[in-house]
Amino acid sequence: MSKIAATFQKQHKCFIPFITAGDPDLETTRRLILAMANAGADIIELGIPFSDPVAEGEVIQAANIRALAAGTTTDKIFAMLEEVRKETNVPLVFLTYVNPIFTYGTEKFMAACQSTGVDGIIVPDVPYEEKAELAGLCRQYGVDLIPLVAPTSDERIKMIAKEAQGYVYIVSSLGVTGVRQDITTDIDAIVRKIREVTDVPAAVGFGIATPQQAREMAAISDGAIVGSAVVQIIGEHGKNCLEPVTDYVKQMAAAVHGVE
Amino acid sequence: MTKGRYGVHGGQYIPETLMNAVLELEAAYEYYKNDPQFNKELQALYHDYANRPSLLYYAEKMTKDLGGAKIYLKREDLNHTGSHKINNVLGQVLLAKKMGKKRVLAETGAGQHGVATATAAALMDMECTVYMGREDTERQALNVFRMQLLGAKVVAVDSGTKTLKDAVNEAMRQWTANVNDTYYVLGSVMGPHPYPAMVRDFQSVIGREVKAQMLEKEGRLPDVVMACVGGGSNAMGLFYDFIPDKEVQLIGVEAAGRGVNTAETAATIARGSIGIFHGMKSYFLQDEYGQIAPVYSISAGLDYPGIGPEHAELYDTGRAQYVSATDDEAVAAFSYLSRTEGIIPAIESAHAIAYAQKLAPTLPKDKIIVVNVSGRGDKDVAAIARYMGVDLHE
Repeated sequence: MSKIAATFQKQHKCFIPFITAGDPDLETTRRLILAMANAGADIIELGIPFSDPVAEGEVIQAANIRALAAGTTTDKIFAMLEEVRKETNVPLVFLTYVNPIFTYGTEKFMAACQSTGVDGIIVPDVPYEEKAELAGLCRQYGVDLIPLVAPTSDERIKMIAKEAQGYVYIVSSLGVTGVRQDITTDIDAIVRKIREVTDVPAAVGFGIATPQQAREMAAISDGAIVGSAVVQIIGEHGKNCLEPVTDYVKQMAAAVHGVE
Repeated sequence: MTKGRYGVHGGQYIPETLMNAVLELEAAYEYYKNDPQFNKELQALYHDYANRPSLLYYAEKMTKDLGGAKIYLKREDLNHTGSHKINNVLGQVLLAKKMGKKRVLAETGAGQHGVATATAAALMDMECTVYMGREDTERQALNVFRMQLLGAKVVAVDSGTKTLKDAVNEAMRQWTANVNDTYYVLGSVMGPHPYPAMVRDFQSVIGREVKAQMLEKEGRLPDVVMACVGGGSNAMGLFYDFIPDKEVQLIGVEAAGRGVNTAETAATIARGSIGIFHGMKSYFLQDEYGQIAPVYSISAGLDYPGIGPEHAELYDTGRAQYVSATDDEAVAAFSYLSRTEGIIPAIESAHAIAYAQKLAPTLPKDKIIVVNVSGRGDKDVAAIARYMGVDLHE
């Protein structure tokens, strides 16, 4: 069983925050990972900054720019993770566009994930049809390839879920990442389709910011993923973000963990 | 290997949210491209609305002046809206209409694709939004107003380098948000399958006409056909029918900007490496970590860090050659064609003219070169004046 699967089994409902690696610098990222893990984050998604993040809204776009401006590179992120792994076992998942993986060398990338203890990857611009680009090497190096399903996926959901590893990332809304007032997609129906074909857990992301939203999403799935709301705090507080992020994660994790 | 591949290039590297829309588009295109009624309507639009076939003009003065190969100019600048972009857009907006879509969106660099999309949207009663990098809205202010006159909404994009690449990013984001009722009119032979194939098919009218016109005028095929390359749609349209004719040399001319050995260049084949971006595997200007490079060219239409996947394959197999022309060379060619033939070319097309000026004198007089004048230069006059240090008030 992968570490991610074991985490869902143990924790039942998972709270999964996302931050962009290197925003505002990699030392802060290292401390954020440790702080969030201590504050109740069950799994942490880490974005590899990219020059052209086409699936991101303004908040995470800005984080990508800050991280790249700080000189963040894939090699430096791996080096930072080596330090992190001396202090925590929290499951770590990369969220990255495919070009940074491909250009780094897909095999070299997966090998580095294995040796630094990155448990899974989410690649928003590699859909089911192109997953052969990554799947073989992910399997070889023990990295879960976590797929996304969207409100538009319909009859594709089962096909995608059947081959999912780690968890299925349910995109709650159309469009790019960012905080939303309401989530109108029928998440229940998506979860039902996923559960028909797999035992792999399903977590909901895109648009979640409040404990109330996180509770609702966790109630109908296996977890809540929160990106823009965390990144917004980092954007506002810069290097001094540790305390406000910790407070926020505690609140959100409690909301998710409180769901029966 | 997955669908829409050109050698290792191409593919469908897009977010899951867009997959069903792209599959729907693919199915619709596969159906309508063989539908006699669709083709009849498209041909009528080409002939009666867009002024096709465009002329193939023997540039006698240019030929004599350069003293080598005979030069013909394919006059895509004479099309309605002033460039080859209308060929693709009439096809795609007609397809969107058949698919029951009510809204279209598009990215644009120089504004030619945006103007063409706004035009087709006006003609076919579609709501139209065009995304354009802030810097390009300033370089091509006239085209912004032109799109607005045609009833389109123009959105200036402030992210990244504020040019074509960023306009594509924003158009893709907006498409993702409105995928249920909106059709994305991609302007070049790039992006996820089926766009590279579909845009090529709609543009291939250029090469088909050249072939027929050349056989009529000269009784034989040309020795060289050449065109400028950004994403590569006018070049692909010109090349496509000549690919099986191995004796015809295919030359794409990239924008070198301030020089291929400077950081301020858009010459993807000359300086790029293989990557995956904007839905396709192809060559891109990028760093060792796969961060897409900020590119530069005087030409907003060639100012793009990638190249269409079929060009990448034509390069890999050696079937086509890719060369480049600098800003200075393109501006000189812009003036040269204006004075020599009385034709003001788009600054994009001037890159191809610049290389023709170099190549023609090296070839014997019995050789024939066809250069695609992909667009007219009216839109560039103010910018070129500025480049030449002329203070112009429009």
